[in-house]
Amino acid sequence: MARIIVVTSGKGGVGKTTTSASIAMGLAKKGHKTAVIDFDVGLRNLDLIMGCERRVVYDFVNVINGEATLNQALIKDKRCNQLFILPASQTRDKDALTQEGVGKILDELAKDFKYIICDSPAGIERGANLAMYFADDAFVVTNPEISSVRDSDRMLGILASKSRRAENNEEAIKEYLLLSRYSPERVSLGEMLSVEDIQDILSLHLLGVIPEAKSVLNASNSGTPVILDKESTAGQAYEDIVARYLGEDRPHRFINEEKKGLFGKLFRSK
Amino acid sequence: MSIATKNPTIKNSVLEFKSTTFSVPVLAIYETELGHIKSLLKEKISQAPEFFKNSPLVIDLQEINRQEEAFDLLPLIDFLRENKLIPIGLGGGNNKQNNLAIEQNIPLHTIRNSQANKVVTQNTEKNKKDLVINRRAAEPDTAIVESMLISQPIRSGQRIYAKGDLIIMSHVSAGAEVMAEGNIHVYGSLRGRALAGVQGNKKSRVFCSSLQAELISIAGHYKTSEELDKTEHNSPVQIYLQDQALIIKEL
Ligand SMILES: Nc1ncnc2c1ncn2[C@@H]1O[C@H](COP(=O)(O)OP(=O)(O)OP(=O)(O)O)[C@@H](O)[C@H]1O
Ligand SMILES: [Mg+2]
Repeated sequence: MARIIVVTSGKGGVGKTTTSASIAMGLAKKGHKTAVIDFDVGLRNLDLIMGCERRVVYDFVNVINGEATLNQALIKDKRCNQLFILPASQTRDKDALTQEGVGKILDELAKDFKYIICDSPAGIERGANLAMYFADDAFVVTNPEISSVRDSDRMLGILASKSRRAENNEEAIKEYLLLSRYSPERVSLGEMLSVEDIQDILSLHLLGVIPEAKSVLNASNSGTPVILDKESTAGQAYEDIVARYLGEDRPHRFINEEKKGLFGKLFRSK
Repeated sequence: MSIATKNPTIKNSVLEFKSTTFSVPVLAIYETELGHIKSLLKEKISQAPEFFKNSPLVIDLQEINRQEEAFDLLPLIDFLRENKLIPIGLGGGNNKQNNLAIEQNIPLHTIRNSQANKVVTQNTEKNKKDLVINRRAAEPDTAIVESMLISQPIRSGQRIYAKGDLIIMSHVSAGAEVMAEGNIHVYGSLRGRALAGVQGNKKSRVFCSSLQAELISIAGHYKTSEELDKTEHNSPVQIYLQDQALIIKEL
């Protein structure tokens, strides 16, 4: 049985595409056949981050419209033969996606794939709603700031009421919190919300904390999901997240400051 | 309303709020004479001491309040506790009794009348039905229309409406709105808007374990977060209406 995971947030620019790329790569590397779909019609960039933008022939909308088969549109990753990318269309508008069309594609993918990752666009409109409608699991990506947390909360409300599972009265979508671009130093300085603050507001299971890291930008620029960068703290965090999602028990990292100098201790005792 | 229970199966989580329905003995009082009640209770307990030892109990005052007889609840609570019974709820109380229960850390319940399924019925004295211990669902289940129980957080943008009492086991987010024709209980933080007695029931109340609300309203009388007294902020409170004014009291 395939498991459909939506990577969602409400707010834009919090790290959904970065997360989708790394999670998909991580699951595929563990031997699970995985497809990652870009739902951001008109603003596609998953293919850039995956480094396959120059191999795009057909896209998601072509498949929905019957202009190409799924097999023609899926791009096989060069680094991992278990990973496939379904790019979004850059030239169509958002209305090109229909619930029926998306449902059909997911059904077809589900026959062959173990995990299907849906990279949601920002916002709470059509694209985002379609990305999450068919989901079994939701990875809610949140940055440690109040507007992002609020938007995630809003998204969680929509997940609970407007998904296929909710409409069919099935077991609810499993929701996980991925706290991204976390900087313990800035939390100490009171510039960002802490893990506890956010947990208090969202009451959500924390799957992992992804630290703010320069390596993310470098990885994106070179078209490599950051999880493949073993030196990167963000990459390690995604590695942990994949392992935890698959049931492994790993302690959380990147929550506290690395060096606990006198200065840090003073703040932490507060 | 389809708020299904979710079930995080991850092992390293520290805690989880779950909702469940369970049976609790209900002690229904039909007469106000305390001495008499005490002696009957003693007798019951001596018949099955193991059954009653540390047993939770819901007190039902519906009947005597229907007869409009004054009844002092505190001595009964004390007596029950002395005898190793643990009162965990009050149903059918009047304002004074309800206040007292809250003071004693005993939550209020809506008790359904029908379907009472008596385990210990007749007492030894014939013709006198002074007290009956019933076993019935103390937690509302789906069969009850009057109160609604929700175990999930109410998220920003969600609206909940209950025809009777509304009981929320988790928190109410900022930007969420909960409404009830009866009382509202929030066992987490109340950060959104809560409107009790929306059909005009002035006796309805709002209870919450941490008050951080954007707005509280009872039967149309409301206060916004700006007007909510900062001293009660973040503490467990009840809010009720008295002479057209909202009173916020720490629990
Ligand atoms: N852990 C991180 N550390 C530093 N920068 C990050 C991190 N995660 C993401 N970023 C940066 O944040 C920006 C937004 O990331 P990304 O495109 O993944 O977000 P998104 O949620 O998909 O955005 P959109 O809503 O536009 O689709 C990018 O420039 C990315 O490099
Ligand atoms: Mg994106």
